[in-house]
Parts: sequence; C-alpha cells; structure tokens
Amino acid sequence: MSETADNKSVQGPEIAERIFDEPSPGERARKRMFSHFGFMFGAGVLLAIIAIAFLAPLISPHDPYDQQLARKLIPPVWHDHAKATWEFPLGTDQFGRDYLSRLIHGSQISLLIGFAAMLISGVIGTAIGVAAGYFGGRVDMVVNFVITTRLSLPVVLVALAVVSLVGNSLTIVIWVLGLLIWDRFAVVMRSTTQQVRNLDYVAAAQAIGCSTTRIIFAEIMPNIVNNLIVVATIEMAHAIILEAALSFLGLGVQPPAPSWGLMIAEGKNHMLFDPWLVGIPGTALFILILSINLLGDGIRDVTAPENRN
Amino acid sequence: MLIYALKRLSIALLVAITVSLITFSMIYLSGDPAIALAGETATQQDIENIRKVYGYDQPIIVQYLTWLGHALQGDLGHSHYLKSEVSEVIFERLPVTMTLGACSLGFALALSIPLGVLAAMRPNTLVDRFALTVAVIGQALPSFWFALIMIFFFGVALRWLPITGSGSWMNFIMPSIALGYYVTPAVMRLTRAGMIEVLSSDYIRTARAKGLRPMVVLFKHALRNAIIPVVSLAAVQFGFMLGGSIVIETIFAINGLGQLAWESILRADLPMMQAIVLVLSCFYIVLTFLADLLNAFLDPRIRVS
Repeated sequence: MSETADNKSVQGPEIAERIFDEPSPGERARKRMFSHFGFMFGAGVLLAIIAIAFLAPLISPHDPYDQQLARKLIPPVWHDHAKATWEFPLGTDQFGRDYLSRLIHGSQISLLIGFAAMLISGVIGTAIGVAAGYFGGRVDMVVNFVITTRLSLPVVLVALAVVSLVGNSLTIVIWVLGLLIWDRFAVVMRSTTQQVRNLDYVAAAQAIGCSTTRIIFAEIMPNIVNNLIVVATIEMAHAIILEAALSFLGLGVQPPAPSWGLMIAEGKNHMLFDPWLVGIPGTALFILILSINLLGDGIRDVTAPENRN
Repeated sequence: MLIYALKRLSIALLVAITVSLITFSMIYLSGDPAIALAGETATQQDIENIRKVYGYDQPIIVQYLTWLGHALQGDLGHSHYLKSEVSEVIFERLPVTMTLGACSLGFALALSIPLGVLAAMRPNTLVDRFALTVAVIGQALPSFWFALIMIFFFGVALRWLPITGSGSWMNFIMPSIALGYYVTPAVMRLTRAGMIEVLSSDYIRTARAKGLRPMVVLFKHALRNAIIPVVSLAAVQFGFMLGGSIVIETIFAINGLGQLAWESILRADLPMMQAIVLVLSCFYIVLTFLADLLNAFLDPRIRVS
C-alpha cells in the first residue's frame, strides 16, 4: 500500500491509477476464483461439511448410538405426521436413533476415509507417475505396465474380495481403497511431468548440476501441483463413493457406525413406507461429492483457464 | 500396423499373466487356505488331508502353474459351496451381465453423444450449460442410491417397472440406466471436447465454404473424427461397467456375474471369487486391446508413433 501512495505523490494520480489498476497474476487468479460460481459453491459447502464433521460432538442434538425402540421411525419435521417433532428434525431410524445426529457423525467417516484414501493413493500415484514422466525409457515402460495391470482389475470386486478375506475395519477399508485407486494420479502426473521436464528451466537446473531430487521437488513438483490438486479432489470423491458402496453392501464400515452408505443400506428395507430413511443420507452423500467435484472443476478453471475445454 | 498389433498383443498377454498371479495369490490373503476350508471343528489330520487333496502342500510356484494350466484349458476349479464346476456356473451367468453391460453402454452413448455434440455446436450457451449440469450431477450421484430412488419412483410408487429379477427386457431398464448414467459424463465431455476441436479445424471451414449442408458437415465430416477417442473410452467404460455391475445386480437381484460374485464373497467361495476376478480382468484386457487396434486402424497417426 505504501508503494502506491508514493507513486501517487510523485507521478500524479492518473499514472498511479493505471499502475494500481493493472492486476498481478495472483490478483487475477483470485478474481477468477471469487467470480467462479462452482468454485465458491464447492469450497463453501465443503468447508461447511468439514466444520460439521469437526464439531460433530458439540452440535449433535442426541447421541448417534442411543437406541430407543419406543421412539423408532419418527418421520422428519416436514412430514405432516402426528409424531414429527423438532426434537428429532430429521426423524429417527428403525432403532430409534436420532437421524440428524447420525448424519452429522457420518460426515466424519466419509471425510476421513475420502481424505486418507486420497492421501495414500496420491503418494503412490504421484511417486510412480513423476518417476515415469521424468526418467522415461525403461522406468516409463514398467510404470505403464503397472498402471495397465491395475486398471484391468475391477476395483469394487477386488476391494470387496480383499475386505472379506482380510477382515473389515475402518483402517482396512482406507488401505484397500488407497492401494487401489492411485491409477488416475499416476496417469495424470506422468503426462504432466513429461510436459514440464522438457521446459528450459529444467534443462537449466540440470546444466548447473542440481541433484535429481532437487529438480523433482524444486522444479517439477511446484509446476504440476495444480493438476495434482485437481486429481486429488476427483479421487477423494471417488473414495467416498466407493466407501459408501462397500458399506452399503455390508463389507465396509460396520454397524452401528453411522456411515452414510450403511444408513442407506439399513433404510432400504423400510423404503416403502419411510423413503426419507434412504433419501436423507443419499442426499448428504450427493451434496458432499458434488461440492468436492465442483471445487476440483473450479480449481482447474481458475489455475489453468486455457484447459477448460 | 502388424508390428503395432504384435506389440500391443504382447503387452496384453503380460498384463493377463500378472493379473492371473495377483488373482491366484488371493487365496493366501486370509492365511492358510487349508485351515479356512477345513472349518473350525477340523482336526490336524483333516487339515493335512485337505492340504494334500487340494495340492496346498506343494511349492507355491507349482500350485500357481497348475492353476494357470487348468485355467487356460477352461477349468477354473471346483466350487466347494455350489458343488459344481466354476466355469460352468460362470458361463451360465455371463450372458446376463453382458446384456446388462451392453444395455447400459447403449443408454450411456445414446444420452451422452447427442448431448456432447449439441454442447459443442453451441459452446457456452444454455444447451452447453444443461449438458454440463447433467455431467456434474451424473458424477456426483452414487449409482446404488440412484438405483434405489428409481426403484422407489418407477417400481413402487408408479408401478411401471419390475424391481427385481432378470426375466424380461423390462427388468433391464432401470439397472441399465443406473449403471449407464455413471459413465455418461466422461463420454459426454470427451465428445464435446473432440467436437469443439474438430469444428474449428481447417477442413471443416473448407467443407462449409464449399457450401455443404450443415448436417452433412456435422455428421459426415466432424463427428466421424471426433468419435475416434470416444470409441476407446467406450470400450474401457464397458470393462469398468462389467466390474461395477456387482452393486447394481445385487440391488435389482439380477442373476448375473455380479450377483454371483457377491454371493461367493459372502460364503467365502474362493475358487469362484478368483475365477470371476480373472474373467472380468481378461475381458477388460481384451476390450482395451481391441479398442487400441480399432483406434490405430481408424487413426493412422497412432500406428506410427
């Protein structure tokens, strides 16, 4: 700010205004960010869900595990029903557990599994993708082969089979998903690294004798990190959908944990008379995945508007 | 072309061998398969007998080669639970899943290609926005939840469609939509991007300049070229759908490979699980191989590089 004030006094108001009006690349990106509906919506909703997950014990009106059969299957408040009450805004499930509290606690499971599985797959995929893109040749051939092999294994089936054989817990679900869904990271990181590694500044760094580690972490990584973040959002959403599907089939997170996929599975049998039991957790899942996807699309548009099409 | 095909074929074979190794090693995931088979009340002698009968006492490499040799001759083992040959059961169920996959792919292409073309013709207009919205929603809808919603509305509330079974063509409508809708966004985006690129190329301008009718330019000149990458994506997605059909088949009680896989997982029927993973993987490998060949055939640039 003080610099512009100096300009004003020395060079007159018109010039200062013009200098002031010229936005820096960072400012332009910020401006695109704030005027991008998808980005703002996705980021806002995702932040809200993250806040809900962190504050779950404080904001849940009831204990999500507290079963009371006397108050089972109370419909949500918008149902014109004698039993509907503001004490249970989203109603109760077939065991009389408060649906809102279960939904709030369920966000923790979805976010935790999505984030952790994304982190594991991100580390694996980025490592082999960057290695293939940077070194090329034999390394590239081997990585390509590994990616093709991984793609030919059906994810849902293998995840289900492995979980059923090894046993199911939150940790196992996270690791199985993380070890299975790194393919997109590897494919995208490989091709972006191939583009970056032929640029002049990489050649310059090689010429002055920088170590390979330094080139990869200081020259290549900063220039592919935008793509990395976009893939990370896609894979986080992917992991959340897969967890929900696994839990829905009964081989993911185990009852009585309030996983949204599990809630849909439990509500399925009551769908005929109480469709909201399936509708509410499904909508939550849809909104979470939608916000992550919109955020990812937004980051891509904001950081690389030329790639929009 | 022949060299390219041979190169691709050898990679496909290598991948298939690796997949078979992974599939084979599945039996050791839960520990000693003989103990698992024998059950809880088995004596040490029982376990030893099972180990001998099933060949678990031999070196792993011998076990693998024996298993692979049998698999290559179409003998995928014996289901301990169903008391029948695994390959027979699989071939019984395969056509159902194939039908489901084909219907889903048909639905996905019928929805996504016209939408993609329309969006590309008028980029950044209402049509384009609509197509984008369909894509964004499609990517965020969990297919199993979408399936339940459809069951509720069209099966239970309106009673238009049957909700379970695989007897008539009516049974396949909702599952195909549920399974196909999920791949719509990817195909639509690719069609749109390809069409936008092709429509701005010189030969399209020439075709327009010499006064060809817009429809002829669009379908005969533009779409033909833009559709090439869509073909290979469709093949890949078909492979994914066969693998993903496990959830949809379970929900709609369709008597296909997916449900068989699900039942086998529940009753820990290992030979069946292994065989299904192997069969589905091989399908994917064959599909991508054929797609690559078709691509190289349609686009000579791929063959050269």
